[in-house]
Amino acid sequence: MPAKHYLNATYGIRSWLLTTDHKRIALLYLASVTFFFFIGGFFAMMIRLHLLTPNGYLLTPDQYNRMFTMHGVAMIFFFLIPSIPAVLGNFFIPLMVGAKDLAFPKINLLSWYIYVVGGLFTMWSMINGGLDTGWTFYTPLSTVYSNSAVAPAVVGVFITGFSSILTGLNFLVTVHTMRAPGMTWFRLPLFVWAHYATSIVMILGTPVIAITLALAGMERLFGLGFFNPAMGGDPILFQHLFWFYSHPAVYIMILPAMGVISELIPTFARKRLFGYTFVAAASLAIAVIGFLVWAHHMFVTGQSTYAAVAFSFLTFLVAVPSAIKTFNWTATLFGGSISFDTPMLYAFGFLGLFLVGGLTGLFLGSLGTDINIHDTYFVVAHFHYIMVGGAVMGYLGGLHFWWPKMTGRMYPEWLARIAAFTLFIGFNFTFFPQFLLGIMGMPRRYHVYPPEFQIYNVMSTAGASILAIGYLLPMIYLTWAAFYGEVAGDNPWPATGLEWKTQSPPLTENFETTPVVTWEAYDFRNRPDLGLEVPGGHGPKIVAPAHGDD
Amino acid sequence: MFPEQASNFAGSVDTLFSFILLTTLFFAVLVTMLVIFAAFKYRRKHAGEVGDDVHGNNLLEIGWTVIPLLLAILIFAWGSAVYVNYRIAPKDTLDIFVIGKQWMWKLQQPNGRKEINELHIPLNRNVRLIMGSEDVIHNFYVPAFRVKMDVVPGRYNTMWFRPTKIGKYHFFCSQYCGTNHAVMGGWVTVMDPAEYAAWLSGESGDVNPVSAGERLFSQLACNTCHIANGTGRAPSLNGVYGAKVLLADGTLVTADEAYVRESILQPKAKIVAGYQPVMPTFQGLVTEEQILNLTAYIKSLQSQPVPAKGAGIAPAAAGKK
Repeated sequence: MPAKHYLNATYGIRSWLLTTDHKRIALLYLASVTFFFFIGGFFAMMIRLHLLTPNGYLLTPDQYNRMFTMHGVAMIFFFLIPSIPAVLGNFFIPLMVGAKDLAFPKINLLSWYIYVVGGLFTMWSMINGGLDTGWTFYTPLSTVYSNSAVAPAVVGVFITGFSSILTGLNFLVTVHTMRAPGMTWFRLPLFVWAHYATSIVMILGTPVIAITLALAGMERLFGLGFFNPAMGGDPILFQHLFWFYSHPAVYIMILPAMGVISELIPTFARKRLFGYTFVAAASLAIAVIGFLVWAHHMFVTGQSTYAAVAFSFLTFLVAVPSAIKTFNWTATLFGGSISFDTPMLYAFGFLGLFLVGGLTGLFLGSLGTDINIHDTYFVVAHFHYIMVGGAVMGYLGGLHFWWPKMTGRMYPEWLARIAAFTLFIGFNFTFFPQFLLGIMGMPRRYHVYPPEFQIYNVMSTAGASILAIGYLLPMIYLTWAAFYGEVAGDNPWPATGLEWKTQSPPLTENFETTPVVTWEAYDFRNRPDLGLEVPGGHGPKIVAPAHGDD
Repeated sequence: MFPEQASNFAGSVDTLFSFILLTTLFFAVLVTMLVIFAAFKYRRKHAGEVGDDVHGNNLLEIGWTVIPLLLAILIFAWGSAVYVNYRIAPKDTLDIFVIGKQWMWKLQQPNGRKEINELHIPLNRNVRLIMGSEDVIHNFYVPAFRVKMDVVPGRYNTMWFRPTKIGKYHFFCSQYCGTNHAVMGGWVTVMDPAEYAAWLSGESGDVNPVSAGERLFSQLACNTCHIANGTGRAPSLNGVYGAKVLLADGTLVTADEAYVRESILQPKAKIVAGYQPVMPTFQGLVTEEQILNLTAYIKSLQSQPVPAKGAGIAPAAAGKK
């Protein structure tokens, strides 16, 4: 281990709570999102245990409704949205572009405090009455009829949104202004491109959910009739506003995971990413078109037929960039030198699960099939394949990949491989049966169900138990490895990014001298410093930027 | 895999579903096989090995952009065709009123027979549900019919289907509506038309919605302004239902259930040409069921003689009648 690094630079609780080091802030986020992940996971286990029997003896209807609502709120707003950007993005974007920190280090710390305050309000709601509106807060149920603690939860989610906006702003400015000499736009790792696209969505989308929740909060607290039809309001207006953010929010969750996969596959195939510019452009296309598809959540609300047709068309358009990425990842494998280290297992897992999640989206985007499977378990299975199979697999893959850089120590490889397999099997066991339930017509958010649906619910609950073990294992051995793991060295894989050109764990200021970039992303063949065997020797060193935009 | 097919939509929804399933299975299997093949063939042989030097291939990129795009457009177009059919009801429907409230369904046949959490309908007859909610958003979903529609407070949503198989089928609320959302369902019974007719005329103390509406029409003093011969402060309602109404701002609207409902609850939203906005709102004074009864009564005035002066309907449309 290097003598001096960001973890031992200063000591004491103040040195953490008042830090402006993006790496320490990333670890603060890591601790907080993990906390919410296990809270959300606990609620999920309660849901699955309750649904073992058709009549559900474990929870009362009100308790069950609180469980699935709080599961959604904790997982979406307090785990999935911040997870990859605020932990891995925060830690690695400055390192990847060759900067000492993010553009606004104090704002970065502020964004974590805002997140914590929002989290506390939401926890208050969970402990003090709970929340039973569904994470979607549909009106007038949430604003007039619910007997749960809606107001503090709405305030909490409202507040947390600002942390997301500040993080996005910080990333955009950093990528624009703080790239090291020679780090041109088209030499950036695709992880950075994915976060650039994500930041655009965060900055443009989050203010809309903020104002929507503010209106809903005012209706709830002061009886102003924005959405309540009894006072002349329009409940469907709420859904338009809500999904205008919450659909793009799906891309806040999945784009960063795609960015992680775009790092893992070239690294463990030791080969440039196939079609770099197409993958980068696909991220931006998803961010832009993703803003134009929100009303596909509302095909059966009675919205105009013309609107439904238009939104269905745009939904099919946004599917294409995801297909492009998948094909490019697959093509990268051909001619590579593929190893099966744990991060790559997560990348394979991501490919399989994202494929299922993405393709089942076509059934829901198509109007003729959506009228049947809308609001059934088919939807639940679909978005869990995207958000858990995609986003969480990407997050865990990234954590394993960068853990040696973040802590300076390796995780136990074989245990980690077993955990990755456990997760993959447990995940499919949990969620695949839910597709079948949806096709058979079981609506979502049911605390009791007709007995013909039981067998698939039992399978799902059994799978969830395996899945729970799969999540506990990495938490335990990664924590252990941070203190007692084998010393990793600067670049154990080896990988090509700038973050691997500094020591592990990095210095507080990241680099001793500002690095100068003379290579393209994922170019293993022109990097003698990686110590690999290149047939015919290393190629000519590229000196001039390939794209002269600097 | 699919549940029983019991409506005109079931076949077309399932055919489309199967087509998408085959298309997506093809791509899922293709990509999975490619990944497994590559992972095996190009596995690392020794520690220092590197992969080939490949940047990409523009032809491949164009190929795997255009082919998925064309397939996507095909699925989109097919899905839209099914959807448009589901949204546009034929003319000759059997209209049934549906009211959702936490946590029960009230349904009413055209002759006034009421049911709770049960719906009886005749085989092979086009049925249209006219649906409103007393409180939050609900959703009427019949898996065997493959259709659902939200039931939204403050407006009517309609949904139609033609049952094609005799039997008893689950219907569910599929929009989360609070505590007992999961038990807010019931059974649709599809009957032989003769049996349905017998069932419909069977004992039921329910008042015909037209007469209930007529009684309300005088109880709420609607009849003091809406005088049939056109001499009142408000237009005669004879022949209005289903006709075009000329508004004060010069636009024409069709007088359907939604128009009638709005005119009762927000009378100032659409003022008939030649009349003053003097009608008070009945928001909060009438229940959803009473509105449906009033609508049924106004609908029954469709065939009444339209007065030469003081009618609510547009002159051109009136002339044609």
